[in-house]
Amino acid sequence: MIKENLGIRKADVINRRMFVIGAAKIVVFVGIVARLFSLQINENKKYLTLSDKNRIREWKLPPTRGNIVDYFGNIIAGNLKVYQLHIIPEQVENFNYLLVRLKTLLNLSEKKIQKIVSLKNKLKPWDSIIVSENLSWSEFLKVNNYLYDLVGAKPVMTISRNYPFSEIYTHVLGYVSQPNEEEILENEIVKERFVPGMKIGKLGLEKTLEKQLIGTNAIQRYEVNAYGKRINQLEYQKGQQGSKIRLTVDTEVQKLSAKLLSNKAGSISVMDIYTGDIIAMYSSPSYNPNLFLFGISQDEWQLIRNNPLKPLINKTLSGLYSPGSTIKPIVALSALENNIINTNFKVKCTGKTELYGQTFHCWKEKGHGFVSLKNAMKQSCDTYFYEIARLLGVDRLNVTAKKFGLGKKVLGEYFDNEKKGLFPNTSWKKNNLGKGWVLGETLITGIGQGYTQTTPLQLCLMTAQIANGGYKIKPKIIVNDDPLSLEEAKNSMELQSLQKPNMRLFKNPKNIKIVQEAMFSSTNEQYGTSYRSRIDDPKYQFAGKTGTAQVKRISKRERELDLKLEQIPYKDRDHALYVAYGPYKNPRYALSIIVEHGGSGSKAAAPMAKELFKLIIDRDELRDKQSNFENINI
Amino acid sequence: MYQRNKLNSELSFFQKIKEIDYTLLICIILLSIISLLVMYSTDGGEILYHTKSHFSKLVVFFPMMLFIAFFNIRHWHTFAYVFYFLIILLLLYVSFFGLKASGSKRWMDMYLFVLQPSELMKIGIILCLAKYYHRIKIENVNTLTSIILVLSIITIPIIFVISQPDLGTSVLIALSGLIILWLGGVRVKYFVYSLITFLISLPFIISFLKPYQKLRILTFLDPDRDPLGAGYQIIQSKIAIGSGGLDGKGFLKGTQSYLDFLPEKHTDFIFTLFSEEFGFIGSIGLLILYTIIILRIIRIGAISRSNFSKLFCFGFAFSIFIYIFVNLSMVLGLLPIVGSPLPIMSYGGSSMLATMIGFGIVLSAKINHKQIIA
Repeated sequence: MIKENLGIRKADVINRRMFVIGAAKIVVFVGIVARLFSLQINENKKYLTLSDKNRIREWKLPPTRGNIVDYFGNIIAGNLKVYQLHIIPEQVENFNYLLVRLKTLLNLSEKKIQKIVSLKNKLKPWDSIIVSENLSWSEFLKVNNYLYDLVGAKPVMTISRNYPFSEIYTHVLGYVSQPNEEEILENEIVKERFVPGMKIGKLGLEKTLEKQLIGTNAIQRYEVNAYGKRINQLEYQKGQQGSKIRLTVDTEVQKLSAKLLSNKAGSISVMDIYTGDIIAMYSSPSYNPNLFLFGISQDEWQLIRNNPLKPLINKTLSGLYSPGSTIKPIVALSALENNIINTNFKVKCTGKTELYGQTFHCWKEKGHGFVSLKNAMKQSCDTYFYEIARLLGVDRLNVTAKKFGLGKKVLGEYFDNEKKGLFPNTSWKKNNLGKGWVLGETLITGIGQGYTQTTPLQLCLMTAQIANGGYKIKPKIIVNDDPLSLEEAKNSMELQSLQKPNMRLFKNPKNIKIVQEAMFSSTNEQYGTSYRSRIDDPKYQFAGKTGTAQVKRISKRERELDLKLEQIPYKDRDHALYVAYGPYKNPRYALSIIVEHGGSGSKAAAPMAKELFKLIIDRDELRDKQSNFENINI
Repeated sequence: MYQRNKLNSELSFFQKIKEIDYTLLICIILLSIISLLVMYSTDGGEILYHTKSHFSKLVVFFPMMLFIAFFNIRHWHTFAYVFYFLIILLLLYVSFFGLKASGSKRWMDMYLFVLQPSELMKIGIILCLAKYYHRIKIENVNTLTSIILVLSIITIPIIFVISQPDLGTSVLIALSGLIILWLGGVRVKYFVYSLITFLISLPFIISFLKPYQKLRILTFLDPDRDPLGAGYQIIQSKIAIGSGGLDGKGFLKGTQSYLDFLPEKHTDFIFTLFSEEFGFIGSIGLLILYTIIILRIIRIGAISRSNFSKLFCFGFAFSIFIYIFVNLSMVLGLLPIVGSPLPIMSYGGSSMLATMIGFGIVLSAKINHKQIIA
């Protein structure tokens, strides 16, 4: 019985103590449930995001750039399918063998092989290495033939930029190439969309219009495992091609410009005098932008870089030239506007003018005799312009020149290499050179020498604004949403000038007319400097002004020798200039031509205008038709 | 004599079948099925190595559990000490000839399978101490000799296990042993005093350690520290559980698991996978299933007439509870990572063997709950 009792007592202890731990268990279980609740219900979103972050990884593909077309819808910067060869290291069985095979198949250089090996060591085994960015068709066939032997190598079709007119548009479009580290970091958009193999604009419109052109990345979303290996593709999000951009340029005119300037250094610009549309803008010599797409070879680069005609410089926008006699219309206009002269005002040209013991020569040694404005312009008499410049003073001349766009960027926002040039005045000299203005400098400024520096496009704009009756226009190279017809452009120009007085560049419309007539005579009347380049057919008839810009001071001895062009060293020859507009009766287009070291404007530059106007005016009707439709399908 | 004979008379086979705790049995079967499905999921939705192996273990150990259940609890009482010493011998064997894996020597090759004796000790210690407190007079429970004896019973296997090294299992063995001490009636103040002493001495013990020793302890505490950064496992485990949400990602759709973000998903982190795929609802369901099992075992202990059965059932119920608690706290990021499997669910033969033996003895206790053991 005692034993039994003890047994019961013991059982009591056991049961009691079991009860205590039973209570503890409940507390602990509640704790675990609470924890589960907090993780799975309260923080579910957070952990779901983390889990997706773990398992989903995105691969961006290079975006497809937008096409650039000319005014007529011809693609001038497009995209081409190219074949590339990639290696995916994790799929390679024998890396060295593969490299040896590829080396013989594709003639890879030792350097390239080393680059691949170093890339392989840097990248994850499932990241592809680009062996060749642009396989030729025969290489592509070869690779495909031997693909069974090239385990781990993968031919890939991708899209690359292409410039079908190669060097014709280089200075307008620029080119694309792989961005360097700085460019990626600098540009938010590039940084955000960068993937290896992507190209960005390095120059010209390709660079400045990067935002519109770049397009968006296609995105491949993959599920990856803990080691980062792709398991399966979850989603393919198509990228959007960059915007299509339509330029105002006409490829035919651009081509002719290139032809006219072949083997010469120089520039041709053509502009619509009402709309400000740039019809052509060619800087010679040019180079093939397609060479830069996949990295230019050292040899080709040296060839371009060391060319004495300096193809890398966009002469239309960054070339600074003395305008020479092409400034004379502005000098004449300024004098007329300031009532210094009238049409009857005459100056006697004896071939030279003396001022404070300094001699200023007219280009014609014998002199022109008594010349009026019209004759002075026609024959480009320097003495006449010395005189009226002296009477006018540089400051008043500067005001007129500035109004017509000299000393200011023409397309500033689109080309970061554009230069603004210089048109001097007295305070400029004081501030920048610290010296007082000398009257002699006014004289040479009057014939476009001295401090004055202009870009070819500025001269074209200047001429266009004289041609349109003296109205300010905004030059542009990109077609707006709705191109204006000729009448609309004319009307809007005049309407705007009523609303904004600074759009009118003249005080008296008669003065513009006088200058226009003087320019007409220069081309179309006997003894005119560009008379030989005239076109008699009124449909094509144009008015212009030649210019010959001295590159260096002509010494007395050289003046006496009167050397022929060929006898002067190339570097010392004068720049030939010509500005013109046409058709004279109903003007529409203005142009400027510069041939570096081409000699005289009448011989080297003006004849080109003749050919250009024929083409431009022939295409005028076509251009007007084209402006009517809004969208060009590509 | 008559009374004793009547009470101790062997039940017939059919009586035994009638006396089986079917609720517990069904819960065990359910748990086994769930564990198979989860194992199938860890294999990526295919019947591969782990699923096959887990299945074959169930096939062997489940009948073994029934076999144990049909033995009179009296025999398990008789063999309790033998069982304990046998496992001590196995531990001794392992410490000399054991198989080494990931830095610790815990296993012995049994040709057909690999046995981890320390897992068996979790049951062995309960059996041994249950018998001890069943036999000892209640007046002697708190005598010095008794305390020293039971502490040695606990300490000896722990020394073996801790030197393997295997902190997780040794802690679980210690807790299983201590719970029997508690149930057996060792004075509450002893527990309180030793807890206080332990807590006070802990910072001293740590401060006297040299830096490299501390580092060793850290590695010892957490031998599978990931080179990707300490805490990688626990971060991934929490992500998996948290992303499961209310109703889970769906069977075989646990991304954390099949994309290999989950560490040790077959063994210690099996609950993580379950919770990711079946969510809060599934997890609560599993907890309820475990709770029913524990409560059934406690009930069996409560209705048992012998103190041995009571002590064993309560001790075993508590052990299972502790296993679950330690495992879940670990995967939920509440405790540092110490290797501890989830009963039946985790892959691993020895753990399942031990648990099934325990269930078997519990079922035997139920069948023979009227049995009085002298």
